[in-house]
Amino acid sequence: MKKYIDDFTVLSNERLNHEYVVLNLKHPSQLPDMLPGQFVEVKVENGPNTFLRRPISIHDIDKDQNTMKLLVQEIGEGTRLMGELKEGDKLNLVYPLGNSFSLPEKKRVLLVGGGCGIAPLLFMGRYLKANGVKPQFLLGARTKEGIIALEEFKKLGEVHITTEDGSLGTKGFVIHHPVVKTQTPEIDMIYTCGPEVMMKVVAKYAGNHGIKCEVSLENSMACGFGACLVCVTDTIDGNKCTCTDGPVFDSTYLKW
Amino acid sequence: MVDLNIDLNGLQLKNPVMTASGTFGYGEEFMDFFDIARLGGVLVKGTTLNHREGNPYPRMAETPQGMLNAVGLQNKGVRYFADKIYPRIKDIKTNMLVNVSGSTIEDYVETAEIVNELDNIPGIELNISCPNVKEGGMAFGTSCPSAVAVVEAVRKVYQKHMMVKLSPNVTNISEIAKAVEDAGADSVSLINTLLGMAINAKTRRPLLSTITGGLSGPAVKPVALRMVWQVAQVVKIPIVGMGGIMNATDAVEFMLAGASAIQVGTANFVDPMVTVKIVDGLKQYCEDNGFDKVSDLVGAMIVD
Repeated sequence: MKKYIDDFTVLSNERLNHEYVVLNLKHPSQLPDMLPGQFVEVKVENGPNTFLRRPISIHDIDKDQNTMKLLVQEIGEGTRLMGELKEGDKLNLVYPLGNSFSLPEKKRVLLVGGGCGIAPLLFMGRYLKANGVKPQFLLGARTKEGIIALEEFKKLGEVHITTEDGSLGTKGFVIHHPVVKTQTPEIDMIYTCGPEVMMKVVAKYAGNHGIKCEVSLENSMACGFGACLVCVTDTIDGNKCTCTDGPVFDSTYLKW
Repeated sequence: MVDLNIDLNGLQLKNPVMTASGTFGYGEEFMDFFDIARLGGVLVKGTTLNHREGNPYPRMAETPQGMLNAVGLQNKGVRYFADKIYPRIKDIKTNMLVNVSGSTIEDYVETAEIVNELDNIPGIELNISCPNVKEGGMAFGTSCPSAVAVVEAVRKVYQKHMMVKLSPNVTNISEIAKAVEDAGADSVSLINTLLGMAINAKTRRPLLSTITGGLSGPAVKPVALRMVWQVAQVVKIPIVGMGGIMNATDAVEFMLAGASAIQVGTANFVDPMVTVKIVDGLKQYCEDNGFDKVSDLVGAMIVD
């Protein structure tokens, strides 16, 4: 897939809560094809301590409007500056980068997201639906404030929720939600993105039950397109770049 | 019309802008963004005799105006390069140079011998300055006798252009530069990364798996510029300057300090098109300042 560098215009920067924003970005002309699981490298301007671009998952695409949404969790100076962007600001992106989630062989899938890891699952849900697969989401967070973009997910399919403090949905971790057990005989694919500890538990469960599982990693990166070799993850074939061989990996390929 | 050509001791560059090894892959990674044949040269990823896995993740830490890396020369070995990668890049119309590294003198020699057979590779950059490997690498480039030993040994088997990449992690870089010149280097490139480290105060742990790594980016530019200038006082062979070059003005400064050509490294990660912008910017600088030839900038710093 051809890569581009373009200045996008911020159409809106919607604050979801104290740590999450959704940036809606307009392409200068026509948005090229992009796939769910892919990411962009964002140039953050005016950060005294930010130097490199920030790799951010593609949260959603609207091909008719030529717009792209990025879900940003403010965890450091770069993402905080992204949270301060205003309508009309320009944002330089290198995109689209990385591989993508694959379509399932059969029609029943579970998408498991934790925290900011829900970002690529919205785009994937839309893609699955367009390809005749009914997505089913399981979203987890520490508290109800961490369950974000819920209404958007509900438009695409059934949504199940867990919070560690029980403030929304089932109390506990995603793997403890009853839907996991009830759906296990039905599903043939799990897609997961979120904290590594969560993805490892989900991948292990999938492996134990003969379910194919794709995980999306978020290793720290410099270039984002295979030149610097800093974002590697350990696989059965040795070190592989998360940016070009990933970010999506079959969980059995990783040395977890 | 500004003449951008540079004669690097026999190696003809269409302009002084090259890419630094380890920041530009094999060139292919950048072809979606621009025609890399517009550059004076490309230094491909550090190549060793045998396959190297590199260091464990995490290998990178962002630091103010720069970054630390500890990749550790991950590559599939020179034979893989010759068989699989060389056929894909050999027809690119610029100087594709191979950065050669090793753990022993024999490794360097054997790797250089294999690269010597590749018709469309007009030169090598002998890396005696990688700070991220346990054996060899920087150890060779931090003392005159060991630097000389590697350069002399490779010189015997390698007939084309031999650039030697110097480490800044030394007491006196001029001594090393002079020693490798006398040992047969055709040019010297400097600086490789500066040894550094970063700690996360919250977790009280190092940010790199190797604890220490190589610092690059604008943070190192004044050090690099000083070293280029110092080396220019003592060697006759051309100097290829690098260290934190982000734009054409930075490139001009390195040339004024005595560099005949420059390499752009870390900036490629921030702006994948930065190198062509520097080519255009150098031309513009020459036009604006009355230089017919970019080579007239070399060592043209005015000291009143």
